[in-house]
Amino acid sequence: MEIVVCVKQVPDTTEVKIDPVKNTLIREGVPSIVNPFDKIAVEVALQLREKHGGKVKVITMGPPQAADALKECLAMGADEAILISDRAFGGADTLATAYALSTSIEKMGPVDLILCGKQAIDGDTAQVGPGIAENLGMPQITYAAKIEINGDTIKVDREHDDGYEIMETKLPVMVTVVKSIAEPRFPTVKGTMKANRTQIPVWTAADIAADEKRIGMPGSPTQVRRIFTPTQRSQGQLIQEETAQQSVAKLMQLLGDAKVI
Amino acid sequence: MSFELTEDQKMMQKIARDFAEKEVAHGAEERDEHESFSRPLYDAMAGLGLTGICFPEQYGGADGDVLSYILAIEEISKADAGLGIALSATVSLCAWPIFAYGTEAQKQKYLKPLAEGEKMGAFGLTEPNAGTDASGQQTVAVLNGDHYVLNGSKIFITNAGEAETYIVFAMTDKSKGVRGISAFILEKGMPGFTFGKKEHKMGIRSSQTMELIFQDVKVPVDQMLGKEGEGFKIAMTTLDGGRIGVAAQSLGIATAALDFAIKYSKERVQFGKPISANQAISFMLADMATKVEASRLLTYQAAALKDAHKPYSKEAAMAKLFASDSAMEVTTDAVQVLGGYGYSREYPCERYMRDAKICQIYEGTNQAQRMVIGGAVLR
Repeated sequence: MEIVVCVKQVPDTTEVKIDPVKNTLIREGVPSIVNPFDKIAVEVALQLREKHGGKVKVITMGPPQAADALKECLAMGADEAILISDRAFGGADTLATAYALSTSIEKMGPVDLILCGKQAIDGDTAQVGPGIAENLGMPQITYAAKIEINGDTIKVDREHDDGYEIMETKLPVMVTVVKSIAEPRFPTVKGTMKANRTQIPVWTAADIAADEKRIGMPGSPTQVRRIFTPTQRSQGQLIQEETAQQSVAKLMQLLGDAKVI
Repeated sequence: MSFELTEDQKMMQKIARDFAEKEVAHGAEERDEHESFSRPLYDAMAGLGLTGICFPEQYGGADGDVLSYILAIEEISKADAGLGIALSATVSLCAWPIFAYGTEAQKQKYLKPLAEGEKMGAFGLTEPNAGTDASGQQTVAVLNGDHYVLNGSKIFITNAGEAETYIVFAMTDKSKGVRGISAFILEKGMPGFTFGKKEHKMGIRSSQTMELIFQDVKVPVDQMLGKEGEGFKIAMTTLDGGRIGVAAQSLGIATAALDFAIKYSKERVQFGKPISANQAISFMLADMATKVEASRLLTYQAAALKDAHKPYSKEAAMAKLFASDSAMEVTTDAVQVLGGYGYSREYPCERYMRDAKICQIYEGTNQAQRMVIGGAVLR
């Protein structure tokens, strides 16, 4: 089973600072980590490899220092890593990033499963994974809390606020994972030493024969005006009396008390 | 002269730190309270490869250096000094002498599972009547055909009962004094090899300390470590390395106490300001930080000398002496900074203080370290 995990190196903080002029993330002076959800995706990939065999390849797009994030994934036990890095990729939004990653994944050869974290903790867009699936014409299942693979079929428990949706499809597929699916393992000493000695291949825009209009700034239609945390919508009140009739009665009473009706 | 850690060393430090913070720290108080050694926790730590850092790949190691291993002990000891010494006893006191003096067959059979973390190790030198004066060994080994017959006992043995592999010293020729001591590799479960009482200790209570008892234990001759009569040399050189481990353990304890005291002093408000705003407190913290930093430099230097295959006996003794004395002072001061809270078991500083004390005692008391250092400077 060939598994590709897409990871992102992110600043180690949930307090994102934005360049007021360029409206892009300020990365200077903030220590970098592997996006926690992506680390979980790597763990899921390793567990699937332990069960079904095959290879786990990790890929990231970023500046040269993003190789550190890949090394951490190799230390956890991934087989191969590829860094997509080129000045021409700079300033990419989710569309351009998904294009660069999907083009690279195509170049990597046949793949059965693409795994991503549900979102990155810096941008929180949750768009790159689905974008990759779209570009590759693959089915996608987001927010996976459980994955089972049977031959060429994948069964996923898809997490919702109020339960799970069980989905099934044929491989290949792109799946994004949530926190509850697995606890990422610690990298081992031997894995780390090996990872430190691994030369990670770097692919440029030319290497993946990227359409220059679809990468970096030119390929990014998104314009960030402002970033803010939307106010949380409260979940509302759940009325669940013993019978439907009692529930309706309670609802009518509440609406009456609130002078809505 | 560069004081920068290499990429490998930084990553080893990170592995140990992440593991210590996420897996070790939260249960340390409870293990201390109940005097319980956690084998599953040890196995998880060993599973990451911390026991194999400084051994070659062919013996199950990671081909790293001594300093990387020392950094790991420091990080683990920050969270739980008892687990720190369990690691150090396995690696420095049991695996290392097999690596340094063992035959190829012994390395394959005993060193590999220790380095790979499948087995735990221990080291038995101390006896009721032979502490600093190791020549007073009353454990005897008598050659009888293809095996030695061991009789005697050892006390205060870290990891005893849990460990599967033991380095044990015994007199093979009493007439030769220390030159009549030999080293043996013993396995848990050998007929006649049993464990005595479990020590109830002041500190490092999450480590297990027991007595070893030998009653006509038949030890095959191929389980002798080194040559007959080489035991004392093996014990002394092993302890040279072990002392760097104890220095690192001291450093970890002191660092934890310092970090806690700094944090507390900034949060504790009296007379309308944090107590850290008082010179009485900030000067105390300055002295504590300076002692910790000096301990760190001495400890890393001793490890670096060992890595460079240069003599390190004196420097290891200095590191152990200074780091453990400093740990005692720094933890005592940390308790003082916290005042009543420092004395309370609600906070970890009293545990740090109890844990620090043993570092001035074991693997050679600090008085014995001064004998080593004095001997070296007066040579």
